[in-house]
Amino acid sequence: MKSAVIVFPASNCDRDAASALELLTGHKTEMVWHQDSDLPNVDLVVLPGGFSYGDYLRSGAMAGQSAIMRAVKAHAEKGGAVLGICNGFQVLTESHLLPGALMRNAGLKFVCRPVTLEVSETQSAFTRFYENGQQVVFPVAHGDGNYVADPQTLDRLEGEGRVAFRYAAGDNPNGSARNIAGILNEKRNVLGLMPHPERVVDPLLGGTDGTPLFKSLIEALS
Amino acid sequence: MKARVFVTLKTGVLDPQGKAIGHALEGLGFRGVGEVRQGKLIEIDLAETDEAKARAALREMCEKLLANTVIEKYEIELKA
Repeated sequence: MKSAVIVFPASNCDRDAASALELLTGHKTEMVWHQDSDLPNVDLVVLPGGFSYGDYLRSGAMAGQSAIMRAVKAHAEKGGAVLGICNGFQVLTESHLLPGALMRNAGLKFVCRPVTLEVSETQSAFTRFYENGQQVVFPVAHGDGNYVADPQTLDRLEGEGRVAFRYAAGDNPNGSARNIAGILNEKRNVLGLMPHPERVVDPLLGGTDGTPLFKSLIEALS
Repeated sequence: MKARVFVTLKTGVLDPQGKAIGHALEGLGFRGVGEVRQGKLIEIDLAETDEAKARAALREMCEKLLANTVIEKYEIELKA
């Protein structure tokens, strides 16, 4: 599986994502600058965590308009896989690759801690190596992770099996509707999630619960 | 022309920041403070002198960037 990580000004998990990918794929990951207008020939594009453009206007709003996002949209339209983590999820909703929006955390505080998630959909290239209902622990680190969408959109996401990850009952860190932590697009080739799977792929860093997500992608895309 | 664009959360969208501001006002002893909602004011200088054209351009700016219409609404105020 060949992969690229997009680097926006003030991305700060771009190297975490690249190092997770390189560890698990054994291939070098391409780092692509936000002003580039073309993507290298890759199977997976990762929009990393961080504070792109200083979160000016709204988290992910400026990044959603950057030159590279036109290429990312074209990649997604052709069925290419896109993974947006944290700020990357915000960029995906701002650029309408995923529905809904991520608002200020209900508790108004930046939350930085491990949270327990439930894998609620395994029929995807991102989650096939998990068990349905499996509990995993990923860290979160965000101030704007409160997922909102109108009730019809939420019903549709649930009805179509597009809620990939939920915060476990009682462990919703941000007030997200229906405990939603990560969602898939209609074609199931785009996943956005607030928690950080790329930070839990090495026992030295506190866990490996994120590894199956990357192994799923490697199997699906190689 | 000079434009002022007000971007606010749609009715029904929870506004935790507005709520916190309301609590702070109560804490300061201001009585009778009801619901508080906060938003953004964006001031833009435009070269356009035709009001209808300026308004159309501003609406496009709001739809494309200034507001996230999933959760926000906008109002445009224009001055010559």
